[in-house]
Amino acid sequence: MKRLWLVLLSVSLLLSACSPVDLAAPMPSVVTGIDPNSWAQVPSGDFYYGQYNVVENTSDYEIMVTDVTTSQYADYLNAALLSGTIKIGDGEITGYYPGDTFTGKKHEERIDAGDWLYIPLNDPSQHILYDGTSFSPEEGYEDHPMTMVTWFGARGYCEYFGYRLPTEKEWEKAARGTDTRAYPWGDEIQRSNANFYASRDPFEDMKSFGSRTTPVGFFNGTTYPDGYVTLDSRSPYGLFDMAGNVWQWTADVYPGMHYRMLRGGSKDTYEMDLRIFVRNNATPTYFSPGVGFRCVK
Amino acid sequence: MKFIKARLDYLFSSTKGLVLVAIAMIALTSAIWGMLSGPLAEMGIRDVVINTLGMDMVPAEREGRIIILYHAIAMAVVAIETYLINGLLKIKPLLKTVINGLITVGYIVTMIFGLGFAYFGHNWAFHGMYIAGLTLIFAAGVLLIIALWPWDKDVRQPDKDYARTRSGVDLERVAFFATAVTTVISALFGAIPGSFFGNGFEVFLAENIIRFPEKSTMEYSIIGHLHIMLALIAVMITLIIGRWLNFKGILHKIAMPLMILGTIILNLGVWGVVTPLEPIAHMVIYVGATPSMLAALLLLIWSWRMLIRSGTAKIAKPTLLQKLKALVQDPLKFGPTWQMLFMNFSTSGLGIFMAVKLDEIFRVWPAREERIELTGHWHALSLVIATIILMYYGDISGLKGRVRQVFGWAIIFFSDLALAAITFFEMKRLFVTEAEQQPLVNGLMLAVDTGLALLLLLLATLMVWRLIDLFKKKGRWSEEKEQELDQEVVS
Repeated sequence: MKRLWLVLLSVSLLLSACSPVDLAAPMPSVVTGIDPNSWAQVPSGDFYYGQYNVVENTSDYEIMVTDVTTSQYADYLNAALLSGTIKIGDGEITGYYPGDTFTGKKHEERIDAGDWLYIPLNDPSQHILYDGTSFSPEEGYEDHPMTMVTWFGARGYCEYFGYRLPTEKEWEKAARGTDTRAYPWGDEIQRSNANFYASRDPFEDMKSFGSRTTPVGFFNGTTYPDGYVTLDSRSPYGLFDMAGNVWQWTADVYPGMHYRMLRGGSKDTYEMDLRIFVRNNATPTYFSPGVGFRCVK
Repeated sequence: MKFIKARLDYLFSSTKGLVLVAIAMIALTSAIWGMLSGPLAEMGIRDVVINTLGMDMVPAEREGRIIILYHAIAMAVVAIETYLINGLLKIKPLLKTVINGLITVGYIVTMIFGLGFAYFGHNWAFHGMYIAGLTLIFAAGVLLIIALWPWDKDVRQPDKDYARTRSGVDLERVAFFATAVTTVISALFGAIPGSFFGNGFEVFLAENIIRFPEKSTMEYSIIGHLHIMLALIAVMITLIIGRWLNFKGILHKIAMPLMILGTIILNLGVWGVVTPLEPIAHMVIYVGATPSMLAALLLLIWSWRMLIRSGTAKIAKPTLLQKLKALVQDPLKFGPTWQMLFMNFSTSGLGIFMAVKLDEIFRVWPAREERIELTGHWHALSLVIATIILMYYGDISGLKGRVRQVFGWAIIFFSDLALAAITFFEMKRLFVTEAEQQPLVNGLMLAVDTGLALLLLLLATLMVWRLIDLFKKKGRWSEEKEQELDQEVVS
């Protein structure tokens, strides 16, 4: 009898893993007070790059203080649709990319000139809605980072407004400043610094739907009405979410590989991946609820 | 004083005592460092451990810490295998004493000072001691090669039931010898680039650079080193289990040449990654792995047949059910080869599937997802090896009756539960999207954590039992002191 109970308990535990995820679970509504249209100035000069602090330098540039939001991306899609720079296909949006040079290296795949996927429209994780004529952000996700966007889609957004994606060096300098810190705010990480795996922020429920994005600029030192305390986690140049929330696409196209680099870690990774110098990469057609971007100019 | 001297004498001069100390060191390390990641980290226990022990966890140094941790545990495993070889095979007493002495001092120094350096501030004297410990282990390896030299007349194999040459050279000993030689050479493939990168402290984990098309010779060397060392530890434990079970007969005669051939080709392939032959190195590795795995399969077939035969010896015409019952009646003898079979699901099968579908599936995912597969499959192989060692240790500890059954089946069940769940976890993207994965992840992680936690609990129980035994005047330790493994080979 004892064995039977043990088996039944094990089976019920495993079956609980089969319950569907409620992707429309209520989203807490908070106002972060951070303007996603603001930009930060990064001066030219040397900085420490990578895990081993190699001295590199950049010219001066401006970078978005937050990730591009779902609202901003919906506005872009509406404008781009009118101007004809994007196409609506079978449940997806595509746009033109001039292609990469193919060198034939092992595992390298061709990225030819042509129309490439920007965002899927029918994926249940997509927070951009299309009613047949215009795009809008899903309610509750307006000020969350734009996700489910490919590298082409991220590049397309930046290019449309005359901006561009940051290079890895630009991204890292913006996150780190000119010292050797491991995280944008310093060398220690706490749960209230950023949105990462099991960080216990109010948008996460590890027992059901798991992690979700936080609104851009959420970790700004505010104590929110529900009592959740955040630490001011901006980078030396005042950027938010340069660690956690969503991985961010960067611009570099390296010879011999079609992968594009992602930086910053996300809501789905442990804090080790939030270290500034950690590099992730994916095919440029990859999209995910944990990948977004920001632009530089 | 006499009390302590007698126990120390047992722990550091008998094979069973040495194995016990090494298992205890690994158990202690796993218990402490296991709290720094996974669910215990999520629960906040990691922070408690760090603060309580005064660990210094500089974020940028994580990779270096992990490399030292891997080495600390691996060296204890290598030591255990060395003790087992010295206990099972005919080795000159002086060499046996020197090898065991060197490797014992070596791995303990490596563990204590390596972990001390990595996790408790950077005392450079500790780092020096860590390197000295590794050097002692290397020296013990060189001496083991000398000790295993198979062409000496007094180590010839007179029994025609075993694999041997016409002149009587013991091919099983040649297989041990080949594995020892290639292990020592392969260690250099880590030591040389280790010095190179360590000099500038630009350490890296292989899984983090796997997608970059341009890798330096030193980087290739590291990647080759970590793969081959684990593979060789697996080959060595297979040979050890074969010796313990007294593998012989026609399958032994086929298996040993295959194992020798496979080990040598596998190593040539791995060493080839640092040469201009790199483009074909993988093919050579596959060619070498095949005979090695075939040899392990032959051991499995032979041992299962042996277990069935001995278990049904008194039955004139055993039924299938009776044969099955005979096969599984002793989990400690059935378990090691079962784990080798199960490994094909959790490690080899996964590895082959990844290799075949690399560009089509795995390289479409982000690098961090691919990293889960990469790190997962070699952690799984390490766990398989650890459980095999534990089962052999259970046998040489003299576990009998119900305790033996519980111990053996608990190891098999808990580890396979964890291994199966982690294999599905690694492959989860094939079945579920990121947005919908959480319930599946929770279920799988529960299975993994339950399996590993119970396994560690079992290990802790074993260690406590052995500790209590040490306080007894005429405990099990006093008998084990005089016993040697070659006297306990299955007859």
